[in-house]
Formats: sequence, structure tokens, C-alpha cells
Amino acid sequence: MADREKTVRPPGRIFIARAQVMDADEVRRALMRIAHEIVERNRGLDKVVVVGLQTGGVPLADKLAAILEEIEGATVPLGSIDVAFYRDDIGLRPVHPEEITDLPFDINGRVVVLVDDVLFTGRTVRAALEALAARGRAAAVQLAVMVDRGHRELPIRPDFVGKNLPTRRDESVEVSDEGVAIGELQTAEKEREAR
Amino acid sequence: MSIDELLEVRRAPAARHLLSINDLNREGILEIMRLSDAFAEVSERPIPKVPALRGRTVATVFMEPSTRTRLSFETAAKRLSADTMTFTAATSATVKGESLRDTVETIDAMGIDAMVIRHHASGAPLRVTDWIGASVINAGDGTHEHPTQALLDCYTILETLRSRRGGDEPHDLSGLRIAIVGDIKHSRVARSDVLAFAALGAEVVLVAPPTLMPASLEGWPVQAAGDFDAVLGELDVVYLLRIQAERLGEVLLPSLDEYHWRYGLTRARAAALKKDALIMHPGPMIRGVEISPDVADLPASLVTRQVRNGVLVRMAVLFHLLGSGEI
Amino acid sequence: MPGPNTKEKAGEIVVRGGTVVDETGERRADVLVRDGRIVAVEASIDVPSNATVLEAGGCFVSPGLVDMHAHLREPGGEIAETVESGSRAGALGGYTALVAMPNTEPAIDSAAVARDVLALGEEALAEIAVAGSITIGRKGERLSPMGELAALGVRLFTDDGNGVQNGGLMRRALEYAFGLGVVLAEHCEDTQLAAGGHMHEGAWSSRLGIAGQSVLAEEVMLARDLALVRLTGAPMHFLHLSTAGSVEMVRAAKAEGLPVTAEVTPHHLALSDASVQGYDPLFKVKPPLRSPSDVAALRAGLASGVVDAIATDHAPHAPERKEEPFDEAPSGMLGLETALAVAYGALCLEPGESAAKDAEKGWVPPSAGAGVSVRELLGWFSWRPARIAGLDEELNTAAGSRGGQGGPVRPGAKAHLSVFDPSATWVVDASRQASRSRNTAYAGRCLTGKVRHTVLAGEVVVRDGEAQR
Repeated sequence: MADREKTVRPPGRIFIARAQVMDADEVRRALMRIAHEIVERNRGLDKVVVVGLQTGGVPLADKLAAILEEIEGATVPLGSIDVAFYRDDIGLRPVHPEEITDLPFDINGRVVVLVDDVLFTGRTVRAALEALAARGRAAAVQLAVMVDRGHRELPIRPDFVGKNLPTRRDESVEVSDEGVAIGELQTAEKEREAR
Repeated sequence: MSIDELLEVRRAPAARHLLSINDLNREGILEIMRLSDAFAEVSERPIPKVPALRGRTVATVFMEPSTRTRLSFETAAKRLSADTMTFTAATSATVKGESLRDTVETIDAMGIDAMVIRHHASGAPLRVTDWIGASVINAGDGTHEHPTQALLDCYTILETLRSRRGGDEPHDLSGLRIAIVGDIKHSRVARSDVLAFAALGAEVVLVAPPTLMPASLEGWPVQAAGDFDAVLGELDVVYLLRIQAERLGEVLLPSLDEYHWRYGLTRARAAALKKDALIMHPGPMIRGVEISPDVADLPASLVTRQVRNGVLVRMAVLFHLLGSGEI
Repeated sequence: MPGPNTKEKAGEIVVRGGTVVDETGERRADVLVRDGRIVAVEASIDVPSNATVLEAGGCFVSPGLVDMHAHLREPGGEIAETVESGSRAGALGGYTALVAMPNTEPAIDSAAVARDVLALGEEALAEIAVAGSITIGRKGERLSPMGELAALGVRLFTDDGNGVQNGGLMRRALEYAFGLGVVLAEHCEDTQLAAGGHMHEGAWSSRLGIAGQSVLAEEVMLARDLALVRLTGAPMHFLHLSTAGSVEMVRAAKAEGLPVTAEVTPHHLALSDASVQGYDPLFKVKPPLRSPSDVAALRAGLASGVVDAIATDHAPHAPERKEEPFDEAPSGMLGLETALAVAYGALCLEPGESAAKDAEKGWVPPSAGAGVSVRELLGWFSWRPARIAGLDEELNTAAGSRGGQGGPVRPGAKAHLSVFDPSATWVVDASRQASRSRNTAYAGRCLTGKVRHTVLAGEVVVRDGEAQR
């Protein structure tokens, strides 16, 4: 299943957590580490902008931008993109834009740090790369994810990772304010039956 | 998924055609509104284009001339990266006597995903759905419906009200009192607007001389009024329809002057409207008939917004039918 | 004197096991036919050797049906139908006589054209009579030579397809016709009031965006013609009534003693304007299909005797023409093969489970408990129209005898018979019509009741539902 499934939430499907893999503190510490790695890799924040992928990457991007500002004492431009119109499965499954894209700056010549919660098949990131390419020519795009759960279908790799998490294909991973949980998507009826 | 399963899913989306506003329920209309917002952002970009419908082909088949609506659809398709094909009555073989069925079957056989059709006979798009496999969008059929016009009208009202209040409200048209004024009987725009405005919760009142009201309003979610002045003060939106000079020949009106005197939006009538009332018209306006020349340029008039929103709403419709495939 | 000719066929036929119905009554009986005439009607007849046996168990055996109103399109419209193909459709529907309408090219407004059509009828599968037009070319300007046509045996005159718009001219036509022993028939449609309407004016036409035609388009001309009948004393027949108002006016006229008769089509007894909701021109007809209350009034009109007969208004059109957009398509639907079954379903049966869904789609269900007997039904199809059309009397011509339609089924009468099985169910297949055209409104529909055999002057023209030639 494409990694977008869980946030798009196909009608009638809910996420059942089976195990907590990271708690809220661990997520916060991971974000801290990622922020320092970004600063180190780019030798400061001179040309850096942070862009969160709708919808899972947006809260993480917000927090990351706040931490970067704390560390370096300078505001980092922050935006968000919805990649619905760039997906490669349009017409095959329900596709709805979640939120409007908001990029209030020029990306030409900048280093775009793309932020998402879970990296899975890589197709969403591919769509995001195409969306960004339509906006201009970034100097570089670096990918920051909280969880890399494997099962790549395209040659996409993250630059900054919170946690590497091996999963089965049929499992599902959710990042929330409480942390990171692994579980499965079920139909509402099955869930009621199981209770 | 196997190739066959993929093809099956592609062939059988839930929303296949848009022939009438009735093909969308309230949720469907609001979904189109949301998609239109997303495409508004796309249209603001330096390159106002997304690859969403790349590889798809949209054919516009306009048996009744209409450059504006046709270009609006073609622009919408191109902004979604779809390919377009154009057929108009003047250039097509129908002039030589080829039947509508033969024409659309030939076009469909070239491999299209959607056909946008405008025709002078009510019901023609519905018949076309029996003959071809592509999705069919009604761009105006006789005096029956013009659903994308109604959708862009709804979007224009919502967008204007939201930008005035500076937020997400209102969510729909509940509580608004909207008058549609003019040749209701022969207006496909009126029929679609009545359905769309009512679906979004507005109260609709039809204002027209008795000869231009439909023979029966049974089942229509409207009130009828013969006296424009009597309802002016309570209206939030005034939607003016075009009056065609041919109606005089059909003995439906004594003269255009008399129409303007009884039903035109004169300066005096515009002054009697609520301060915030919106004035709309599907275009092109005939100044001096449905509206006085000096009123047409009032800030409350939204005619140019309607034109711009036409492309957005048509992008939303094309994406909704071809892109949001339901399993 | 030339005329429609039904050559009596030599040989013997036994129609076995059915219930014989005619104007005189209903009885279980076999029927023996010899050399074109009925020879015996008895409870049990021994089958002579070499006789053809037509099994009629569970069926009604009646005089052949008579259609007073069929468009056979010849001359001029052979793409859609010919006298021969139309007569085959008629025979399959149980008809042994058809009156061919005069809106051909050229119109039947002269003895020459009438003779042509009558000659075509000699080889047909039903007896073909001819209606002449009231005015030359049906243009509504000058009278046709009614005397000359009457001498050929033409008994009905109509400008059908149009109404006679000019009241003054209609008055003169009636005055002229009076005393000729003919009947003028009117297609009541005032062009100005119809105002280019393609369907019934009402809630549906407003919703669908199709120009509608008010009931007044029919009723105003009917009222005018009734007044002219009162003035001139000439008899009139009213074609395809479609409104409750029309039924009421004819009722009052008959109560007053005016010499008027009226017919209704099977489709106006079965379908309402809701059937147009798919914009399918198969349901486009003149007069248009009207509201369910009009349908109810027409059914009641038949039951009470105000409406005298059922006539098909069989109107073939080439397939491409009936696929045009609704506004542009021609009006008319086929009727001969399905008439009896459709009327039987609307008038004799009880409503089924699909009644409510049917009504939404424009199929007006029969009313519970209002069913009429098959004998009454067959009266509206056979002996009543035979009398109005003047086909009941037998007339001898140089080449043979014509008429003798409508029964009664008794020894000495001409052997024109229809055998109807009320329990047979069948699905109407548009691609397998005997007509050259396909425009049946009942395509794909399952009907109850089917004609099994048809006998024309002692010739078996339809046997077990198959035309024999």
C-alpha cells in the first residue's frame, strides 16, 4: 500500500496500533538530532528552506523549523506542499488534495529540506520532487523523515532519518503527537467484530 | 494489482459523467468547491500547470457556438496537462448531415477520456452517454442544464463572501436569499443554478414575467415572484439572466424596453438592494436590457470574477471525473 | 368496381380448444372453416382429414382485429414501411384489416393514388382499406374529391398528421361530406396552441427543458369540431384522444346525441409523460404521452363507452431518424405487433410488484380491481372499429368480396379470425420486428398476452406466432 494511504484514510479504514516504537520524547530528541545534522551538512542555514509534505510532514516541519531557529538564531523560511496533482496513481484510486500548497518564497538556488513523517515506497517523495521542479530550480533537495520503513519501489533515499524501522508490507506506521506506532489498517466492521 | 484489475478500476469510477447538477449531491458540490480552491493556488503560480491528467485526452464538441465556454474548458484541460481535441459545428461533418451519434462515436474511437459537449437539444449529452465509453460533461444542452456554470456561480459567491469575512466561512449558501431574474423558461443556467443553490441551502426566488416562467414549477425548490421591486430589499444575491431578442418574435414580451422597465436592474433598483448584495450575470450582458449601463460597473458586480472562476471550476470537474477514480 | 380484395382460400381449418368471443357472447367452442368461410361453431368438431388444425387451448378465438389507424407509408415512405411489411406486422398482432392513413407521398387525395394502395393491398397479409385526405395534399386549403374516392369504397377521410386548422374549411368539408355516407376523422391539434411543443406541457417538460404542448392544443380543436357537428349534422370520428378534457367533451356530445365516435391508442393507455425522462425519441409521439390522470381518464372512457375503439396509430420511422436529438426526431411509434398485449396489460391485468417503479419510469400500472374482460377488450379491437370504418358489411366486387370484418363468429361469416393467448409472456425484440422499422417503445419489455394464430379469409397467415408468408 502506498504510504499516503494512512493519512488519506480510505473511507471506512482505521489505524489499529499494535506496538509503540517511539514515544513523544524520543521523537523530540530525534528531531533535535536531525536539526543539528541539517546545520552541519549545510554549514549553517544560509540557503536553507524547510518544506513539509501534506499532511504528515507539516507538523514535523513546523517543529523542525522552530528547533533550527533556536539553534542558529535565525528564522528559516517554512512552507508546505500538497502533491495530490503529481501522484502517479491518479485515476486508479481516490485522490483528493488535502490542503492547499503554500510556498511563500522562491526556491531557485535554495536548499530545500523536504520533511515527511514516514518514507515507504518513495512515490510520494518522487511526486514532491516533481512539484518542486515546477516551482523553480532548487540548488539541492534534501529529504528528512522521522521513520524509514523500507519497501522502496523507486531509487529514493533519505538524507536525515529519525529511525530505521523494518516492517512487513501489510503493516502500517503512524506518527502522531504521542510518538510512533506500528499497526495495521482495518475496516471499521472488522474492528467492531474484533472487540 | 494485475493489469486487468488496474484497467477495471480505471474503467469504472463512481463519478463518470456530469450531465446535471443532480449528478452531484451537496457533498459532491462542496468537493468541487474544495478542488477549485486547490486549483486557484495552481493558477497563481508562474507556471499554472500540474501533470495530474497527463496522457488523458479531452475532446470539446460544441454543436452550438460558444467561444468563451469552449476556451474555458480547453484551458482547464491544458492546465491539468491533458491533451485536447476541438470539434465545432462549423467544422464538423454534422453540417454535411452526419448524425450526432456518428460524430461522437468517431471521436470516441480516436481514444478520448472525456467529451465536453454543448448541443442545442435538451438531453443530447444523456443520449451520448449511451453511445460512447468516455466520460461526458454537459457544457449546456438546449434549455435543460449547464452544470459547470452553476458550479462556478456557487464558487464565486462562496469565494466573495469568504474573502469579505476573511476566513473559511460561510461553508455553504445556507440562509442566503438569491433571486434569479429573467427568461427562466428558456434558461439552462437557471435550471442548474436553482438545483445548485438549493442543494447548498440557499432560498431561491425566481423573478420573471408570467410568459417567461416555466409552465410548471412543481418539484422546484423555489418561490416565484412577478414583481421584482417587491423582493429587492431582502436579496443577498441578484442573478440576472440574458434576454434574447428572439423571444419577442415568439410573442413572449411586448418589447425589450418594457422588460427593462419592469425587470431590469436599473440604478434605482440597485440602490434599493441591501448594501452587500452581490450582482451576477452569466454573460455576455446586454446593457440597457437586463441591466442599466451605469450599474454594470458597480463593485458589487462579479461578472469578471465569474469568468476567471470558470477555468478553476472546470479544472475541478475534469479532475473529479478523471482523476479521483473511486474503487 | 375495384376494391380491397381478400380472396377466399380453399381448404379446411379447425380452430380447436379455444373460447369463442364476439359481440354476441362468449362460449367454449371449436371453429370449422372451409373455403374462406366459417362453417361450424360447436363444442367439439371432428377434424376432417387434410384439415389444418390450429390449437387454441387456453386462448380466445375472436373475429380478426381491425386497425382504423395505421401508417403504412406507401407510396413515398418505403424506407420505413410498405403495405406488405405493415400488413405482416398487423397479422402478427392479430389484425385482419388495416385502414391505411393518407399522409403518404403523394397523399391519398385522388382516385389514382387510392387505387394504387388498394392494389398493393391485394397481396397483403391483411385486408387493406384506405382513408382519403380531407384536403388536397393535406395542406388544409382545398377539398379532396371525396365523392370520387367514396365511389372506390373509401369511407374515412382525415388529414391525420395534422389537424384541419381552418374552421371555415372544416365546416365546408363536413357539409360536403354529409350525405356521402363517409365519416371525417380529425387529428385534433391546434398548431398555434401547440406552439412547437415536442411533449406534454407539465412538470416533466419544465424539468427536462423540452418545449411542451398544452392539452388545450387538442381540446380547443375538439370543441370547435363538436360545434361543427352540431351545426352540420355530419358524423365525425376523433383520432387518438389523449386528454381527460377530451374524454369529457365527447361524453357530453354523445349524451346530447351528436353522431361522434372516438378512438385511443394503446400507448396512450399505457404510458405517461414521465417516460420521456431519458430523452429517448422512441417516446416522442403526437399527440404526446400525457399525465397519469389523463391515462386514467382514457381508460375510464373506454370502459364507459365514451371512447369507442382502440386504434394503433402505427407510425414507422427509419432507425437513424429516431436516434436524432429529441427535439429533432419525428413523432410516432410502432404499434401493430404489440397493441393487443399492451392494452391487455393496461386494462385487464392486476398491478404487479414492479408497479411503483414502473410508474416512476412512465409505465402507468393497471388499476387494482378495475380490470375489464377480454371480451370487452376484443370488442374495442374488433367489432367496434369494424363498424366505424365500414368494414363490417360484406360487399361484393367484381373480383371478390371485401369487408365482413368484426364478426360475429358464426356459420356463413367470412373466416377472419384471431387467436389470442392471454398467458403467453414474451420480450419485445426491436431487431426482430416484422415492420421495416424498429421504433417500438416496448423494446426489451416483457409483455403478457400474445396472438398465436391469425386467419385471413380462410388463409392461415400467422401460425404459432410465425408469419406464414
